[in-house]
Amino acid sequence: MTGQRGRPVLALHVAVVLLLLGLQFVVSPFQHGMLARIMVLAAFAVGYNVLLGYTGLMSLGHAMFFAAGMYATGLTVFYVGAGPVDGFLIGLGAGVVLSAAMGLIVLRTTGVSFLIVTMMFAQVFYLTTLYFNRITGGDQGLILTGHLHPLRLGALQLPFADPAVKYNVALAVFGLCFLLSLWLTASPAGRVLVAVRENEDRTTMLGFNTFTYKLLALVISGGISGMAGSAYTLLFSYVGSSFASILYSIYPLLWTLVGGSGTTIGPLVGTALMTYVVDITSGVTPGYLIVVGVVLVVIILKFPSGIVGGIRARWLPWLP
Amino acid sequence: MSLEGHLVLALLEGLVSSLVVALTALGLSLVFGVMRIVNVAHGEFFMLGAVITWYVSTAAGSFLPALIVAPLAVGALALVINRVVLRPIRYDPAATIVATIGLLYIIQQLVLTIYGPYARPVVPPFYFRVDLPWFGYSGYKLVVAGVAALLLVATWLLVTKTTLGLYMRATQQDRETALAFGVPVDRIYASAFALGAVLAALAGVLVVPEQQAHYLMGLDALLLSFMVVIIGGLGSLPGTVAAAFLIGMTDGVVSVFFSPTLARIIASGLVALVLVWRSGGLFGDAAA
Repeated sequence: MTGQRGRPVLALHVAVVLLLLGLQFVVSPFQHGMLARIMVLAAFAVGYNVLLGYTGLMSLGHAMFFAAGMYATGLTVFYVGAGPVDGFLIGLGAGVVLSAAMGLIVLRTTGVSFLIVTMMFAQVFYLTTLYFNRITGGDQGLILTGHLHPLRLGALQLPFADPAVKYNVALAVFGLCFLLSLWLTASPAGRVLVAVRENEDRTTMLGFNTFTYKLLALVISGGISGMAGSAYTLLFSYVGSSFASILYSIYPLLWTLVGGSGTTIGPLVGTALMTYVVDITSGVTPGYLIVVGVVLVVIILKFPSGIVGGIRARWLPWLP
Repeated sequence: MSLEGHLVLALLEGLVSSLVVALTALGLSLVFGVMRIVNVAHGEFFMLGAVITWYVSTAAGSFLPALIVAPLAVGALALVINRVVLRPIRYDPAATIVATIGLLYIIQQLVLTIYGPYARPVVPPFYFRVDLPWFGYSGYKLVVAGVAALLLVATWLLVTKTTLGLYMRATQQDRETALAFGVPVDRIYASAFALGAVLAALAGVLVVPEQQAHYLMGLDALLLSFMVVIIGGLGSLPGTVAAAFLIGMTDGVVSVFFSPTLARIIASGLVALVLVWRSGGLFGDAAA
């Protein structure tokens, strides 16, 4: 991202964040709430994309990192009475620690084994949240309303129930993850990750310790996912084991593939589109998850590079 | 009931569930072995077997026609999926996983829409009790175990003694060489995928009088089959059956004495570790 190509790329990404900042003043209250949710989930997808899109590792267990952030924040707020900032940092820490520990184990495998191993460990995490249902609330979950203090900025008191606070906190979290992923793709470490994706053996031959780079990618990915889970809990005052289930490992995969894996903007586009599609279909039929299935099959058969990937291939080759 | 009685009950339950799990897992293992793909929608074939059994036995007033209709219908569906989805993506391992996750949701949600969210019972074709010193045990379950064992033997004979089986094993060992020797690899892939689906559907048919048919029952079957196939060694048939017994018996015994959730947590974690440190499984060769 140097010289001529760097400036429009950075301008485009800042413009996306500014667009989201401006949207809150024009959309209806319903869309306002919807967009806040989409931004938090898109941060999750951005984290997933660091691993799938830029390192070439497909995980089926990212729900455990999202849920780790969620439970770490939710449980400390609920039982210890932690404030939102402390809770958020604990959630981020949980994502980082869990992904580092997992990485040391699961990165010994590749390809299909990696998929299955991550899925199995996520299943262990999910069942554990059910097993300790006295503490976690299990399926029912915990509602944090009444336990969660407002966010304090100097003399300002910002309660999370206020839609404007919700929206802008979501935007801050998403913007941070979004620009972090842009910075990563432009950094030397990011270049090595892409080299691992394209040809791991050759990257090893060039003298890079690919295991360390893959671990770095997994920790960044897990950390961002944990952050997203933590933010979700703070904004929507809820912790529940459904967010640790396999569906929440498949969602970020779906969002990333739809938007375009290996593009910085793809995860946001994919999350926004699919959240709306799923939301609309759920009003029509109880079997609304069928759209998840149909879209996955169609994407794999016809549009493997996703929406932004397609745009990049056809019109804008400089997109990161 | 005495401790002894509990243990006998646990072992019996374990035996029956081992044989059914072996049948489902054998289908997954066969597909992985021959085609080198992981079919995430495999559990849905099991669920379809159960749900179709409910429809057939309700319409016909008898369970037995389902034993023919359900596997044939599911096998035909598998042939269509192979032709329309898997062949166009050239059985690429990662793409296949994503596509079959998609198929999982398509099948599961269609069943939810058409069949509904109910768990519906099917009347067993016969009912008798086997009286043991400690308790009376369902005779139907024992018959299920017997039929499942027969089907396992039949599959083994098919793979080891027939030309189709020979072609399957040749494709499994070396696809390119098999192709060069005139093995119709495309047709073998289709047959293996359909056969895998038929085995899962048969397992679904057999368990439905005991478990009730429900649209979400495929996920558990899938996870159990994954465990069995991984422990048994990906693509190894005797290993799959041995692992089904290991997991089925342990699950049966542990679930009687401890919480089933705890049993699943420990089993899933151990299976993941086995796959990390011994990618060939405990029994299998180092393939894959």
